[in-house]
Amino acid sequence: MKIKSTADKVWDWIFVIFCIFIGVICLAPMLNLLAKSLSGSSYLIKNEIYLWPKGFNLDAYATVLNDPKYLKSFVWTVFLTIVCTLLSLTMTTLCAYPLIFDKLKGRGFINVFITITMFFNAGAIPNYLLMQKLNLLSHPLVLILPSCLSVFNMIIMRSFFYSIPESLRESAEIDGATFFQILIKIYVPLSKPVMATLALFYAVGRWNGYSDALVYMREAKYYPLQLLLYNILNNINQVEVATQEGFSAPGLSESLKAAIVMFSTVPILMIYPWLQKYFIHGVTLGAVKE
Amino acid sequence: MKKNKVAKTRMTPRAYMKRYWQLYALLALPMLYLIIFKYAPMIYVQVAFKKYSIVQSVWEMPWAKNHGFEYFIKAFSNNDFRYALRNTLTLNLLDLIIGFPAPIIFALIINELCFKKFKRVIQTIAYMPHFLSWVIIASLALQLFAPNAGLVNMIIKDLGGEAIPFLNEEKHWVGTYIGFGVWQNFGWGSIVYLAAIAGINPELYEAASVDGAGRFRKMWHVTLPGIKPTIVVLLIMNLGNILGSSFDRPFAFQNPLVMKVADVISTYVYRVGIRGLQFSLTTAVGLFQSVVGVFFLLMANWISRRLGERGIW
Repeated sequence: MKIKSTADKVWDWIFVIFCIFIGVICLAPMLNLLAKSLSGSSYLIKNEIYLWPKGFNLDAYATVLNDPKYLKSFVWTVFLTIVCTLLSLTMTTLCAYPLIFDKLKGRGFINVFITITMFFNAGAIPNYLLMQKLNLLSHPLVLILPSCLSVFNMIIMRSFFYSIPESLRESAEIDGATFFQILIKIYVPLSKPVMATLALFYAVGRWNGYSDALVYMREAKYYPLQLLLYNILNNINQVEVATQEGFSAPGLSESLKAAIVMFSTVPILMIYPWLQKYFIHGVTLGAVKE
Repeated sequence: MKKNKVAKTRMTPRAYMKRYWQLYALLALPMLYLIIFKYAPMIYVQVAFKKYSIVQSVWEMPWAKNHGFEYFIKAFSNNDFRYALRNTLTLNLLDLIIGFPAPIIFALIINELCFKKFKRVIQTIAYMPHFLSWVIIASLALQLFAPNAGLVNMIIKDLGGEAIPFLNEEKHWVGTYIGFGVWQNFGWGSIVYLAAIAGINPELYEAASVDGAGRFRKMWHVTLPGIKPTIVVLLIMNLGNILGSSFDRPFAFQNPLVMKVADVISTYVYRVGIRGLQFSLTTAVGLFQSVVGVFFLLMANWISRRLGERGIW
């Protein structure tokens, strides 16, 4: 082991301090929000909240949790996210698996057919007109079906499938396993890391997405949480919001807004650190072609 | 890709299908999805060249004037669209200039950290913004940068300064928008570079040390050349996307005071098309964006190959 020079050690500490600074920049906005959500309204009106709550109370959270509007939207979004993730994972696997077989006739054509959709899309209005034609506007399925397969994620999964030794499936084929069996018994169990990564990508995409609901969904009861949040934060449907909050002091509404944002963020923030080692691998697979 | 030429005995189509039908069966649903949700909308692209009407089917609508190009001409003589086009290019370019180097620099610094646990914690924290939705990030921006109650302006005022209209004044808005883009992406973007750095042969570092290279020389002469292919591919990919416009980010950040610099093509299409019901005009705009976008991407790939790097596809 080489002994480090003083200058080197100084640089080590400069980097550490810089990284701490970066960490603070990442966390400060969330801490500020958390502090606001936990603070008393009188302190909020006077703009006295920095990163630590003053006049600590849980009123805002109690309001959120007692309001069926948020809870319903929360439950609906959780349901939507789970269904979308499972469906998308299935579709992605169904698409990626057959494409790794050299013997698949027409594979070249199928690959081109798939790739074209990645580079050329018809645009927002033709998509909208199609949904109208399919009678999907304001139907709950419109939040599930149009985004149930991402070609980009399919390519990540296919790269992973390629990395599984061919000999495995060939010996299974010789033993008389069908292609279904090879998929279920060999590929799916071996692909847990990539499945976890893509599940996270799909889940985050659905949880955070709001533009499809904004365009296609007019039925307020099917609004995903993020769209509800957008409307609340931008005071759309002001009448509704005002009655919800009972014309309360503006301070409460500030902390209420903060509480709603926290409420809709925490689930994702609780999940992603546990999947870190998987998604790092997944991102790398997506960027580095073989 | 290596071709397996060992057992290539001739099969009749029947025998082939008997053996391989399952693979096609598995592909059926994904293909159906692509046909319905990716290819079928292309039928409606012709609305760009036709006069839209609710009562007629898309095939029966009458052709637009000027050999069908009426709405393209209309779009380009429309100030709002020209602003949107200009803003799309400007914001993407600024994202590229400021947002692109950030993950590279962050990856280089993270790579220099020698405390393993600390490194992991910092990485986890830096990935966090990527998992927030743009609605939430825009609300964070408001909480931080609002003229009165925003944290940053509170601090500025405590220090005796004047509040800065981060979100309400055009120039400052652009800065805030780009800044939050960097904030959201620098950690996530660094993953790819860290993986590339991990793939550099450690012997190169040892050899550099023997030659007396210090920390920064190694960074410059070993690490950076080692990740150059990754940088080039990602840069070209980003350049190819210069006309692309996401919807979620600009829409969440927009407010009426800054529309002149904040309106991009995707939000313009939403506002004028979906809300304003000018379907023909906005389909034309979308088609223009798609076609020019494909052209940029093909160019980017061509350049990438010419430079001796791997193509993007």
